[in-house]
Amino acid sequence: MIRVILPPHLVTLARVTGEVQLDLTGPVTQSSVLDALEARYPVLRGTIRDYVTLQRRPFLRFFACERDLSHQSPETPLPDAVAAGTEPLVVLGAIAGG
Amino acid sequence: MSKVRVLVGTKKGAFVLTSDGKRERWDVNGPHFGGWEIYHVKGSPADPNRLYASQSSGWFGQVIQRSNDGGKTWDAVGNKFVYDGVPGTHQWYDGTPHPWEFKRVWHLEPSLTDPDTVYAGVEDAAMFRTTDGGQNWEELSGLRGHGSGPRWAPGAGGMCLHTILLDRAHPNRIFIAISAAGAFRSDDAGKSWKPINRGLKSQHIPEPEADVGHCVHRIALHPKRPDVLFMQKHWDVMRTDNAGDSWREISGNLPTDFGFVIDVHAHEPDTIYVVPIKSDSEHYPPDGKLRVYRSRTGGDQWEALTNGLPQSDCYVNVLRDSMAVDSLDPCGVYFGTTGGQVYASANAGDRWAPIVRDLPAVLSVEVQTLA
Repeated sequence: MIRVILPPHLVTLARVTGEVQLDLTGPVTQSSVLDALEARYPVLRGTIRDYVTLQRRPFLRFFACERDLSHQSPETPLPDAVAAGTEPLVVLGAIAGG
Repeated sequence: MSKVRVLVGTKKGAFVLTSDGKRERWDVNGPHFGGWEIYHVKGSPADPNRLYASQSSGWFGQVIQRSNDGGKTWDAVGNKFVYDGVPGTHQWYDGTPHPWEFKRVWHLEPSLTDPDTVYAGVEDAAMFRTTDGGQNWEELSGLRGHGSGPRWAPGAGGMCLHTILLDRAHPNRIFIAISAAGAFRSDDAGKSWKPINRGLKSQHIPEPEADVGHCVHRIALHPKRPDVLFMQKHWDVMRTDNAGDSWREISGNLPTDFGFVIDVHAHEPDTIYVVPIKSDSEHYPPDGKLRVYRSRTGGDQWEALTNGLPQSDCYVNVLRDSMAVDSLDPCGVYFGTTGGQVYASANAGDRWAPIVRDLPAVLSVEVQTLA
């Protein structure tokens, strides 16, 4: 079971409360987690990564286990603790000033 | 009794304002989609309870929302806007080629006859259409592909397709406007397009009378006389009597011919409204006086409408999609400001009052007249 924490606007958009829990088979990577997330909540398609290129949107980051994983290859395995469900993958929006 | 529903898009959410036909007391409902930029909300002429909203964010991109109950509840629908084929390039600010990149939907124009068909004007400038209520969007790529697309360039606000006008008398005719490319017309339901900019003169482009490159801010028509279009260009208020084949200036005695909005009285095709704005870079009303100007002669002669509007120390802007009219008699006129006010006049502009004063900056105003 994979845990994902979404930023508040996407929590509202997906109509979920709290963190999202996903069941995955196979390698646990950014790509596979986001694939599963978008399959379960199609409304999130295009909001975290680009529809065509599948690149992370510029003002979003991926954190886990107190590390910034945003620049890792989407196919790199996520930390074991994320794969084991003891730590969440955090999708975070950049802080806005003004 | 008649009812009026005003749909307001702001920098931080959407608001639905409702009143009876007297248009004196208003209910304010919102914000919907709080914190998101709502560039436009518009209802279907074929089913007034069917609304569409463009919801966007610098963080999360584009979402399209649909309501089937007049804005009480909403559901997100399709948000996949992918250019047809290889997108190619347009001109960048420095004159170099720049790839077409989708940024947001500026304007949603529901079909006059089918609630499930909607046209979307987007940045970077292109036109999309859905025929299934917003689930799927396809580009009408004949617009970008008609030939001049590689020469289009963004204005300071981006390269946006911001105006879409449908013509009930000619169902296959569509007018659109792009900043900063100009106005275009299709006579075959969006398959093919041609620029309709003859007569426009823009001193800020190398060839002032070029076929494309003009910063058109808004165009408007009266449904009973659709060959007559009115245009608020970056500078100059213009008119065509032949569906855009040629334009002439009608700025007349306006204090400045810069502005964004322009609209037409619901029952008087020669009564038009603009809000003059000081420019080039100030973008607030001249002399701190917020004045709507009305022409009852189809242009050239204008009168200032000031009753109920601030006449000192007012430095708001009125953006291009932020004026609308209802179809009651007398005609109601509405506009929103970047200061968060939505003003209404229930008597064709003679007297104004704010419906709300403290919304986020208003990006768009649309009005539905309900039976």
